[in-house]
Amino acid sequence: MDADKHFVVGIFNDEDVLLDGIRKVRSSGVKIQEVYSPFPVHGIDEALGYKKSRLPIAAFMFGMTGTSLALLMQIWMLGYDWPMIIGGKNFASLPPFIPVTFELTVLLSALGMVGTFMIVSDMKPYKWPRQFDIRSTDDMHVMAIDLAANGGKSKDELKRLLSDSGAVEVNEKSFE
Amino acid sequence: MAVTSVIREPLVTGGKTIKDVSHDISRQVEGKPTKLWWMAMAISLALLGLGAYACAMLLWHGIGVWGLNKTVGWAWDITNFVWWVGIGHAGTLISAILLLFRQRWRMSINRAAEAMTIFAVICAASFPGFHMGRLWLGFYWALPLPNTFGSLWVNFNSPLLWDVFAISTYFTVSLVFWYMGLIPDFAVIRDRAVVQGNKIRANVYNALSFGWQGGAKTWMRYESVALILAGLSTPLVLSVHTIVSMDFATSVIPGWHTTIFPPYFVAGAIFSGFAMVLTLLIVTRKVFKLEDYITIYHIELMNIVIIITGSIVGIAYITELFISWYSRVPYEGYAFYNRVVGPYAWAYWAMMTCNVISPQLFWIKKIRTSIVATFVLSIIVNIGMWFERFVIIVTSLHRDYIPSSWTMFYPTWYDVGQYVFTFGIFFTAFFLFAKFFPVINMAEVKSIIKSTSEKK
Repeated sequence: MDADKHFVVGIFNDEDVLLDGIRKVRSSGVKIQEVYSPFPVHGIDEALGYKKSRLPIAAFMFGMTGTSLALLMQIWMLGYDWPMIIGGKNFASLPPFIPVTFELTVLLSALGMVGTFMIVSDMKPYKWPRQFDIRSTDDMHVMAIDLAANGGKSKDELKRLLSDSGAVEVNEKSFE
Repeated sequence: MAVTSVIREPLVTGGKTIKDVSHDISRQVEGKPTKLWWMAMAISLALLGLGAYACAMLLWHGIGVWGLNKTVGWAWDITNFVWWVGIGHAGTLISAILLLFRQRWRMSINRAAEAMTIFAVICAASFPGFHMGRLWLGFYWALPLPNTFGSLWVNFNSPLLWDVFAISTYFTVSLVFWYMGLIPDFAVIRDRAVVQGNKIRANVYNALSFGWQGGAKTWMRYESVALILAGLSTPLVLSVHTIVSMDFATSVIPGWHTTIFPPYFVAGAIFSGFAMVLTLLIVTRKVFKLEDYITIYHIELMNIVIIITGSIVGIAYITELFISWYSRVPYEGYAFYNRVVGPYAWAYWAMMTCNVISPQLFWIKKIRTSIVATFVLSIIVNIGMWFERFVIIVTSLHRDYIPSSWTMFYPTWYDVGQYVFTFGIFFTAFFLFAKFFPVINMAEVKSIIKSTSEKK
């Protein structure tokens, strides 16, 4: 059987039942492809065993890039390239450079982090997502289990496991 | 069993289910625009057209047609700029600072408030833009771009330049924050369009949602992004009005040269912003029948923010007066004496009444939970906040150091026209947003439904 094509899909209508369900399914050794929810469910990342996102690190790095670029730009422009006497002050003095440095830090940090998020989550305006169930953006939580990734278990076994774990509906879904 | 907190009132009333949320909010995007909407749009477009004509004439003749003179070199332009920027602050406060404080009541009002922020900042930015006279050359004068003046760079020591960076960063980050919130909700509308068989709408909203699917991993990253954006926006929003206040505070004009300006301006910004949010939301909840989502409880909480920030502003006014006397600087003393009893005393007392006295009425529970009273007071507050900026700017300038150059400021038709123009932009954009975008953050409201309704 081809991987990433044939799925058993469990539909849950309550986030607490879903969390228990995820734990139950995982403890029986079944690999969950992904769970789709209409809103962020608290504690689902731990239940699914996901590692913490490293996006904060990306945000920090982009922010530091902004700080350095802003300081370099201001010191070079006013200190070296075209020094001007303004109020008899030093050509390149730090205090008046703080506001612009701060703003560029925030700007690069925010844009860089969101851009990184878009790339790692593979979000593109021209991409249609593979939908396991259309209700996953409305009011249902949808758990998808790849049949090929769980070769040891039969389709019926997986279905029974899902309904025992609290799924209100169990379907099959195949993609071309 | 219905579980409701004994301390807090429910945030969403009417026993809504998660499905109801999708339906109630998406409905107004999917349906045909109502008569009321067309009427509102027609008025907004009329304002925009009238204002655009005034602005075109302004560009043609140059800014000499404003009512400015040699003594009063800044008046309505900068007053309106500060007023609009201030209004924008409530959106970021609601979405960022209240997120960090885990205030869940922000969830049904943050979308509209953030939209208001973005449109208000656009309106604000138009004033310095037009003030440069040649709007189309503005980039060369405002940004550090290589140029033909021998690469003479912009002056990084000037608060006006800090403003350029602060406002443009604020606009960009607010836009990104707002759009991030919209992405999952666009996906809701897309999937509903798929079910309804509307291919065009499905494709448009899919593109808008960047193919959002709502996987647990994506949600996890998404929440981490939202939290960091909130953390970045919080100091950002404080920095923006601080820098705006430095346009005045770093000068040596009596009445402007005060260290109290940054916190005083930030409090005033939040004050006027909440007033504008209330004005807009009271209308929006009525027109789109969102009374179960934007409840009296939300309105009451916003009114409490108005009492607090209004009182901070009041204390700032009194502190300014006290310090002008205590400093024993005759120029400083005269600037404030002239404000209180001079030819612009009517503007000063209008400001005092609207900003300091009228919000105190919200101490009375009956008034702060009354829709009509809130609506009226929210407009009064914004009139007061406009006068605050006018008083600070014009009364400090119109009687300068040489009595022979003392004068008054009278706005011309062009001053008024450009102000009307920004109202046109603001309301046109807001009504377009209210029709085509979900006005309430569905994903966030869905996540709080359970604690307020049926619990298994």
